[in-house]
Amino acid sequence: MSILQIKNLHVTVETDQGTKEILRGVDLTIRSGETHAIMGPNGSGKSTLAYTIAGHPKYTVTEGEILLDGEDVLAMSVDERARAGLFLAMQYPVEIPGVSVSNFLRTAKTAIDGEAPALRQWIKDIKVAMENLRMDSSFTERNVNEGFSGGEKKRHEILQLELLKPKFAVLDETDSGLDVDALKVVSEGVNRAKDSVGFGALLITHYTRILNYIKPDFVHVFVAGRIAEEGGPELAERLEAEGYDRYVNA
Amino acid sequence: MTSIINEHSHGLAPVQMRSERKRSTDIADFAAISKTEEQWRYLDVERLKGLDAGILPAFDGEISFTAPAGAAHEIVGIDHDLFGSAGTPEDRVSAAAWGAAGQIHVLRIPANFSSTEPVRLEVTGASEAPGALHVVVEAGTFAEATVVIDHRGRAVLAENIEIIAGDESKLKVVSVQDWTRDSVHVSAQFLKLGRNAQVEHIAVTLGGDTVRVTPTVAYAAPGGDVNLLGAYFATAGQHFEHRPFVDHSQPNCKSNVTYKGALQGEKAHTVWVGDVLIRKAAEGTDTYELNRNLLLTDGARADSVPNLEIETGEIEGAGHASASGRFDDEQLFYLQARGIPELDARRLVVRGFLNEVVQKIAVDDIEERLSATIEAELARSIN
Ligand SMILES: Nc1ncnc2c1ncn2[C@@H]1O[C@H](COP(=O)(O)OP(=O)(O)OP(=O)(O)O)[C@@H](O)[C@H]1O
Ligand SMILES: [Mg+2]
Repeated sequence: MSILQIKNLHVTVETDQGTKEILRGVDLTIRSGETHAIMGPNGSGKSTLAYTIAGHPKYTVTEGEILLDGEDVLAMSVDERARAGLFLAMQYPVEIPGVSVSNFLRTAKTAIDGEAPALRQWIKDIKVAMENLRMDSSFTERNVNEGFSGGEKKRHEILQLELLKPKFAVLDETDSGLDVDALKVVSEGVNRAKDSVGFGALLITHYTRILNYIKPDFVHVFVAGRIAEEGGPELAERLEAEGYDRYVNA
Repeated sequence: MTSIINEHSHGLAPVQMRSERKRSTDIADFAAISKTEEQWRYLDVERLKGLDAGILPAFDGEISFTAPAGAAHEIVGIDHDLFGSAGTPEDRVSAAAWGAAGQIHVLRIPANFSSTEPVRLEVTGASEAPGALHVVVEAGTFAEATVVIDHRGRAVLAENIEIIAGDESKLKVVSVQDWTRDSVHVSAQFLKLGRNAQVEHIAVTLGGDTVRVTPTVAYAAPGGDVNLLGAYFATAGQHFEHRPFVDHSQPNCKSNVTYKGALQGEKAHTVWVGDVLIRKAAEGTDTYELNRNLLLTDGARADSVPNLEIETGEIEGAGHASASGRFDDEQLFYLQARGIPELDARRLVVRGFLNEVVQKIAVDDIEERLSATIEAELARSIN
């Protein structure tokens, strides 16, 4: 059983207009096996929270802490966090020319596990995971995210989730840009990975649509850099009906 | 899509269209090298260590040849028909070397030849005495071959390479510049394509003090298709210059130019000037050129100038792109977010960047050697 604690997190970015505070005191605790949905309007700071957990250098933590099983995550480099068991499925995955998916996956797996995976099992694991995600096997020969469609990029993120088996997964708008069929395939992938690995998930989304496939235990409404309300799955339904106006204008 | 771009006119150099550039086999026709000339504007003449001074003696290094059965190496005099059949010097160093050795090395690949095993010419320098070398690669009709010209050792070399791709041939020519740190190499490479010939030319420059490669493509008949590729990695104090030129004078020919470079260290300097000329007769031309440079540290400089000169509107397509930049932080973040340590992530990005070209060589031992060299350079100073 693992626990990820975010306490009173304040985060700023440098902009042309000076330093801007984006997160203003976020408190959140996630345990293994739990699924938390974070829902909020554009620009409320959802991706900032995700990137800050992963350690993106653009974001500066001015106050608060993030603890993974009591360990100080903020003191870790980006790659140390990943090796400690944090995974971020990105809203906009990056292209890496000349680096094949298979080379990338093997390098990542080796880094995370601290040793190279046994070759035959590894090839089999990739094959099965790709079949489940309805990805063509030729993807492994392509360069990372290069020329991938929006949906293919998202599948590739979930492929990594299945193979790297983190303790906690942050999924930043994994549902955006997917049609209903792709959404189903990707959601199944997340559920499968979750069932086999038992990670805690932080699911960031605008829409309730994905919550029909990935059932949240908790729903957090994120507005203006902090959590404005928390509840169970029923809160998502209310947001679906009422939108965020109530919080934004409050 | 048609785009007309001409960037000849910026900076110090006088406006000179590529179509008007002087050609001569006589060194006396070329003035002393000066930075006021566009084609020498980035290079300090002292770096040439005398290659520009006058008619040069023969290269004193070693030349060895290996090839699958059927392909042959001959040394012939400059009275041979092949001499000068693919091009004429367009600069002083090329003219200084032209015919200077009194003999030429011919790699003959007969008609209908086909082998996956490469034809290799190993040029190994042994001194810093300026010298001249002339090589002719001739591929016959329907021949399919890979030729590797591998330059190693210590040399101050002015070289002319003529590459004749016969009608319907499929030829790959790889020119590796992997010299010692103090070497100087100026290599004019003239490609002439017959009807429907397909040529892939790959220049890889990793070692030397000063290396200048000028691949020039001429089409003798319609339907030719050339792919000019290059990869270079310059470290502190090195000057690597590549100036591909494609002269579209025949209808329905294609050209694609892709050069990628990495630079690291104080005064690492690379120059890429890509000229494409589409003459009036060259209707149906399709051309694209691209240069990308990755600056790994401060103090390095990459000059990148694409030029497109178009004399006919009846073309399929013409375009170019050029970009020089630093490490993409987002790429590093993405890799690190998957557990890959920063140093490994940087290496992966650079290796991937250059690999796009290197992996096209498809000759295992050469690829492995070049990858190892790149790896060693990276291990030395990225941190
Ligand atoms: N690097 C940055 N420079 C300047 N402003 C930034 C930067 N990163 C985020 N912001 C600003 O911070 C705010 C929150 O951005 P963030 O991307 O976290 O929002 P979000 O909730 O994920 O939005 P979306 O739903 O559109 O993905 C926005 O106003 C955004 O413009
Ligand atoms: Mg976002």
